Amino acid sequence: MLEIIKEPWPWYIAGPLIGLTVPALLIMGNKSFGISSSLRHICAACIPANVSFFKYDWRKEAWNLFFVLGIFFGGLIAANFLMNPAEITVNPHLKTELAGYGITDYSKLVPVQLMNFQSLFTLRGFIMMVVGGFLVGFGTRYAGGCTSGHAIMGLSNLQWPSLVATICFMIGGFLMANLILPVILSL
Amino acid sequence: MRKKIGKNSYRGDVKNINMNDNEYKWYYNLKYLITGVVFGIIFVKAEVISWFRIQEMFRLQSFHMYGIIGSAVLEGIISVWLIKKMNIKTIDGEPITLSPKKFNKGQVYGGVIFGFGWAITGACPGPLFAQIGTGAVAVSVTLLSAIAGTWVYGYFRDKLPH
Repeated sequence: MLEIIKEPWPWYIAGPLIGLTVPALLIMGNKSFGISSSLRHICAACIPANVSFFKYDWRKEAWNLFFVLGIFFGGLIAANFLMNPAEITVNPHLKTELAGYGITDYSKLVPVQLMNFQSLFTLRGFIMMVVGGFLVGFGTRYAGGCTSGHAIMGLSNLQWPSLVATICFMIGGFLMANLILPVILSL
Repeated sequence: MRKKIGKNSYRGDVKNINMNDNEYKWYYNLKYLITGVVFGIIFVKAEVISWFRIQEMFRLQSFHMYGIIGSAVLEGIISVWLIKKMNIKTIDGEPITLSPKKFNKGQVYGGVIFGFGWAITGACPGPLFAQIGTGAVAVSVTLLSAIAGTWVYGYFRDKLPH
């Protein structure tokens, strides 16, 4: 039984489970599912610096910080007790492309050859981690949400601005992955 | 010191027992912590947090992520519809209210910018927390950058097109 759990979960199991978060959070306390707002709450709690965007009672949204803390622990538990012993299976076309950039290590969910402390001192690593992270934090707040807030929660409530946001997420992602990332990864 | 209030006490009298009531604070947030833990486990086991899966998604090399997001959205739509239709309340008996999202150009500009970051890092904010939990400690740099990005947005917000 545990072996089945340790295997990677297919989309038709994971998707519906993730979808349950929407009604679960609503029923637990009228909370709207959204994760990128945690970044805003962290700013408001730690470095509001007289910026009006961070001047609000973040304590009222503390549930969100507990939620993301839970995600961290969930990762911890899954990685230590439920891990798939086999290597992740990746599309062979992608493997060929990535090998061209020197990415051959598939032992972790994150490409350890790209994302590590040493690579931060290379241009490629700096872009992948610092610039990439910055774009995530800046973009999600500018858009008012990420995949959880817009793509899942917003679309669940049939909000067309969320559809616009989701489409733009995908446009950005496709452009980057297919046109710009090959350049970055070759650095 | 206030008396400890039991779980099933005067709930009916209290209109808004959210953050203002400290008695409930630790217990109140515990359920969100646990939900987060379950969520994090699903994220890891479904490989949603895998940089490789995101690359596959943006190259149309796998249905996996589309299946996950698609089925999650479908389920979300159905559950929200049911909640509204059957007037389902929260476990504390309060009405469930969903605010509409107002459109502004930020959804376009910010959306594309986030898309760039998503493809580069292979993660949106949620997966970043999970990745660090799985031991990818270097990702904490990515998370810190994300927080910095949010802060810079907040700082320049009034000057950006909305």
